[in-house]
Amino acid sequence: METATVKTPQKREKRYHRVILSRSKSGTFLIFLFLFLIGAFMVLPLVYVLVTAFKPLNEILAYPPKFFVRHPTLSNFRDLIEITQETWVPFERSLFNSMMLAILGTFIYIIIASLAAYPLAKNKSKWVYIYYQVVVLAILFRPEVTRTPLYIIISRLGLINTYWSLLLPVLAGSFGVFLMRQFMMTIPDEMIEAARIDGASEFTIFWKLIMPAVKPAWMTLTIFTFKDLWNTGETQYIYEETLKTLTAVMQSISSAGIARAGAGAVVALIMMIPPVVVFIISQSSVMETMATSGIKG
Amino acid sequence: MESATAVRKNKRRFTSRLKKQLPSIAFLSPFTIFFVMFTIVPILAAIVLSFTYFNMVSAPTFVGFDNYIRLFFNDDVFLIALRNTAIFAMITGPISYILSFFVAWLINEFNRTVRTILTLIFYLPSLAGNVYFVWTYIFSGDSYGFLNSILMRLGMIFGPVQWLTDTKYMMAVVIVVILWLSLGTGFLSFVAGLQSLNRELFEAAAIDGLPNRFAELWYITLPQMGPQLLFGAVMQISTSFAIGYECMNLTGFPSTDYATQTLVLHILDFGQVRYEMGYACAIAVILFAIMLLMWKVINKVLSKWL
Repeated sequence: METATVKTPQKREKRYHRVILSRSKSGTFLIFLFLFLIGAFMVLPLVYVLVTAFKPLNEILAYPPKFFVRHPTLSNFRDLIEITQETWVPFERSLFNSMMLAILGTFIYIIIASLAAYPLAKNKSKWVYIYYQVVVLAILFRPEVTRTPLYIIISRLGLINTYWSLLLPVLAGSFGVFLMRQFMMTIPDEMIEAARIDGASEFTIFWKLIMPAVKPAWMTLTIFTFKDLWNTGETQYIYEETLKTLTAVMQSISSAGIARAGAGAVVALIMMIPPVVVFIISQSSVMETMATSGIKG
Repeated sequence: MESATAVRKNKRRFTSRLKKQLPSIAFLSPFTIFFVMFTIVPILAAIVLSFTYFNMVSAPTFVGFDNYIRLFFNDDVFLIALRNTAIFAMITGPISYILSFFVAWLINEFNRTVRTILTLIFYLPSLAGNVYFVWTYIFSGDSYGFLNSILMRLGMIFGPVQWLTDTKYMMAVVIVVILWLSLGTGFLSFVAGLQSLNRELFEAAAIDGLPNRFAELWYITLPQMGPQLLFGAVMQISTSFAIGYECMNLTGFPSTDYATQTLVLHILDFGQVRYEMGYACAIAVILFAIMLLMWKVINKVLSKWL
């Protein structure tokens, strides 16, 4: 069940549409209504961010508040740069920090997660299976939950106020390793055996055979890891102003209330764009990978 | 003599077996270093430290079960946090889980392009991450707050409601936002899983005369979705019990009368504000135990049922 169907979703879809159970008109209407309501609930707050980012101050403070913008302006973008220049670090600096952290961290995590996933998927020894069970169980405990003991360890290692304190909890996460392992399970063992008989080393097999074959899985890890790293930046771990990330800036601005809503919306918009773009680029890979994500009970 | 050769033989067999495992060990080691240091050790350290008094300055001193006794008999806020965590987990957990599956099931029949767009729309809030703080503008307590102004214009309320600081509404507000974030990784797994099901079974069942779609869902779809449903359950437990930072960013920290205090925030309060690490670790251990227990129960139920 994990192996088949991954490669040819389109072909199968066409066949599926031949036999479909009928549905009453009112049933169809209800489904559309339900999806529309849920969709509106999901999207409207984000649309609000988008329009608020372009609202001039008098529209933000207008009473009664209007949802849509009348006279769009870029003044909030200018404000954001000015506010951050005065009170905190320049905005470009925190944008750069977040970008670097997210890109480098994602790259490192994909490498170590793929390395770990290969034996977890293809070595049939008992100890490896036990390791895999631990990996699955560890998905339960996100960094939010282990935060305080993690803090003790990170501060003992003298890593507070370095990017390692934001990076390490993400690199230690087992979710990506799990996803990668599930996807590698779909690669036929015969391919690996054949390469072994040809005299390829394990590393060559991993690098030349496995890694190209699991491209959808690393595209998927890219979006999940990037999203996590892009959103980290707790002030508990980083207190030096010049090292702060966008998340910290967003927190400072949003705590200033409605008067800074315009600048806050601009930061929120900037925070939203990269993950959305990465997701749109990688969405078909994500679907292919998530199809293998099931856990056998 | 004989036993000595046997030992040597055994030893040789062990080394040759170890040698066979060496590549696997090498592949696993970079991740294992991080995983052990920053996932396993924190969990084990929390268990050990929960029996101590530890303030990060002097060495931990053993106090037995004092921390746990204090938690249940001497800390009213802990009981609030426990109750709130349970409310969040029991309300948002099942609703998010079922909603994720239901929406995935509904959009499954659309063609590829429409399905992709709908998936993106429903997944957007989770994808946007910390952006959920926009809800503070919507729920803002003055009459500029979006919800307040709408309700006032409709004449449903006469003065602004303090959504984020009035203990009557705070939990409800956070629940709304959590539900907004609810279509996450589990949802993606469901969408993808539904696409990769065995089509022949559906065709056969339709020809054999399944009465309706709900029968199809119950008899054909769900039994095949077992692995995805288990995965979704893991993700759901891991998010539902980790709720806390959302409360902090929406209703402040500490919130009015601790109305939205959760276990995660209680740990943070004692750990990173008061530096009572032993006590914070005891709370963490309780949280770990609840999550593990929850996973064991759900795993058992789902495995048996599917």
